[in-house]
Order: sequence, then structure tokens, then C-alpha cells
Amino acid sequence: MENLSFEEAFRQLEETVQALEQGGLDLEEMLRLYERGIKLYKICSEHLEAAELRVKQLSLSLEGNVTLEPVPPEPQESGQ
Amino acid sequence: MEEILKILQVSELNDYIKGLVERDPVLQDLWVEGEVSNLSQSVAGHLYFTLKDSGGQIRCVLFRSSLLRQSFLPKDGDSVIVHGRVGIYGAQGLYQLYVDLVQPQGVGFLHLQFEALKARLEEEGLFDQARKRLIPPFPQRIALVTSPVGAALQDILNIIKRRYPLVEVIVAPALVQGSEASESIASAMRTVSMVEGVDLLILARGGGSLEELWPFNEEVVARSIFASRIPVITGVGHETDVTIADLVADLRAPTPSAAAELAVPDRSECLARLDSWQAEMESRVEKTTASCRHRLAIQGEGLDRLSPARTIERWRGQIRNMIDSCSRLIHWRIQIEKSVFEGVISRLDALSPKAVLERGFSICRLLPGGEIVRSTRQVLSRDKIEVQVSDGVFRGTVW
Repeated sequence: MENLSFEEAFRQLEETVQALEQGGLDLEEMLRLYERGIKLYKICSEHLEAAELRVKQLSLSLEGNVTLEPVPPEPQESGQ
Repeated sequence: MEEILKILQVSELNDYIKGLVERDPVLQDLWVEGEVSNLSQSVAGHLYFTLKDSGGQIRCVLFRSSLLRQSFLPKDGDSVIVHGRVGIYGAQGLYQLYVDLVQPQGVGFLHLQFEALKARLEEEGLFDQARKRLIPPFPQRIALVTSPVGAALQDILNIIKRRYPLVEVIVAPALVQGSEASESIASAMRTVSMVEGVDLLILARGGGSLEELWPFNEEVVARSIFASRIPVITGVGHETDVTIADLVADLRAPTPSAAAELAVPDRSECLARLDSWQAEMESRVEKTTASCRHRLAIQGEGLDRLSPARTIERWRGQIRNMIDSCSRLIHWRIQIEKSVFEGVISRLDALSPKAVLERGFSICRLLPGGEIVRSTRQVLSRDKIEVQVSDGVFRGTVW
């Protein structure tokens, strides 16, 4: 589960919340869904909070080869 | 040598002229200016008018399909520029101008070209709403086609960094003004299509004049966008600039910064949604466990009531009550009996000689037999008697 992309985890979490909202579950199922939901929540939060923007520059060589070169991040603006 | 005199039919002549006209590239793609007169519309919806100037005139027809695309509708007396081709109407021996575009005079040439291309591409369906694709809500790799040195690039990167740094941005540099720009943009977009995993493309350029933005009105760029597998967001110029590229794009943003905002979700909104989901989940679980606890407590009470210990306790209580009742009954009965007994005793007591004796009477007994003397005839002088009084006896002799 830990390898889920942000989008996938976000979507699954939304489904989990909807399932809990609908009700009609026995206690064990509900607790299981809740646990899953909390895991998904943590995955989403981690994605959002740990992320640093990656920027790459695309270039096409004369032979037609495509390369991607990382662009160093801009120095942080103060007070951001 | 004398040539044989060739005599033509009228229709042959008209056909010959028609051929000449249709083969002439100038006559097939013309811009003409003049004044509108004799304007009329046929039942079928086609517009007929005469275009004239001081030296001459020519009949024009604007077919309904082209008329529908016109935002400008000419009236008699208007000075206009039209685009079209010359055609021969052989049946009546006329030539006329088949017009596909009418614009008021005074509008710049660039603008005319813009309108012409716009009309043509619209007809081909490049602007169709149905063909526009949805922008992915959580893109993972965004390609950015823009000038590597403009402000637009930095603005876009800053906004994406603030809102959604999860994404990877690939910058595909291109010229964005000048005569080579349109090909440069098309080439950059082609290169982007060779990169895997790109799910969104932003085509951007900061503000500028109509000439500076012109590459985004060129056919090459429009077709590039149309051919793109990936959804394209355009952010070109200022709010009021609408280029042909904007019309073909899957989504138009008024500026490069707006394009960045439309391209990615906002991290803080996502976090807020996550928090509200977490609160929702917790409240659901809390509600359910509280209700379960409550039901459990009720069951517990029920069980408790049925438990052997309780039952025993209840019986013990009942037995205690019974014992209490019994002791009370017995006690009461004893009281009754006691008072009855006391009643009897006091009656007995009342009947006992003691009271009589205490009242002053005495019991006289004749000795030695002890018979009670009731009558004087029972005694003679010198008889020995015993007299019982209240507190004892004494003996005596009868006189």
C-alpha cells in the first residue's frame, strides 16, 4: 500500500470515507475501514508535505535523442 | 499560313473563360475592398450584394454557411474588405465574386488574416467543444512549452511549487515571438510527445502586442495543439488576448499564471479535505462505538438481571422478607397470646381470694382437718381454727 501515488491514495481515501458514511457495517468492518482510512490519510499527507518541486529541462539532440536534465531549484525567497 | 477561323459556341466561350479564371491563382484567393450596395438575402439564406468603387463594380455572393460564421454583417453603404474567389456563372454570362469573409475596412491586415484562419479552422472542427479533453485532476508530469528566459516560466514554476510540488515539471524551451517561433513551438511539442508519462502540457507566453503574440495565431501551432495526445492548457498574453491557439486548446487560461493555477490542485485545499475526511471517519467510528457501548451496557444490564448471583440475591431478599414477616407474625401472635393470657390472669387474679383477703375478709379453717368454716354451726367452743388473712395465717381458739 505504501507505494500508492498521491492521486490513487486520495481516491481510495474518498471511497473509504464514503463507505463509512453509508453505514450498515458491523463493528469489525468499520474498524478495519477506519484503520485503512488512517493509513491512506498518512500516505496522502506525506506526499503533500514532503514534496519538493522537481524541474527538468528537455532537449533534443541532433541525432533525435531526447534528454531530460534536472534544473537546480531556485534559491528560496526569504519569508516564504 | 492562314489560320482557319475558329468559330466558338457561346457555351464554349464561357467554358474557356471559366477555365482561365479557375486556373489563375490570384483570382482564386483574393482580398478586395469596396462599398456594399444592393444588398439582399435569398430565401435559402445566401447574401447577394454588389461591391463597387468609383471605377466599377462586381457582383458578390456570400453563402449561408459562411454567413453564419460572420460576426460582422454588412449593410448597404459599408466600406468593406472581402476575401474570396472569382467564379463564372456561365448560364447568365456573368462573373461574380464568391465571398467567404467580409470585414469592415480599417481593420488591420493581421486581423483579417486572423479572422480568415479562424473561420477555416472552425469549419474543420479544430475548435469543437466535444473534442476537448478533461484536464487530469492530479497530474504527475507536466510539460511546459515556453520561453526559457521569460517571466512566464518563473511565474508558472513558482505557482506550481506553492500549490502542488508533488508534480514533476518538464520545461521544453521554445521561441515565442518572431517568424521562427511557430515552428519552434511545434517542434517543442513534438519533442514533448516523445517523453513518457507526461499527462498535461502548458503552452505559455507573457503579454505582448498582437504582432508579438502572432505565432500563437499561426496554423502550424494550432495544428500542433490539435494533434497533441496530451491535454493542452494555453496561457498566452493578458486577460483580453484570445489567440487561435487558445481556441484549439483543451482549456484556455487568461494568463500564464492562471494556466498554472488551472493545471494543478492546491495543496492546502487537499490538506483541508484530508483533515475533514479524518474528522468524519473519527466521528463515524466514535458514534458507532458509543452506540455499541450503549447497546452492550443494556445487554449487560439484562444479563445482570438474569445472572445467578442476582437471582440468589433476589431469593435471599425474598427469604429475608419472609422471615421478617414470619417473625412479625409470631411476635404479634405472641403479643396477642400474652395479652389474652394477661387478661385471663387478671380475671383469675380478680377471682383469687387474695383480693378478697385484702379487702378484709379472712378464710377460717377448722383444725386439724382444714375445712373451711362457712357457718357458725361448724364450730364449737374450744375448737382450734386457722385464720388466713392477706399476708399470712394465724391460729386461734374459738371462745
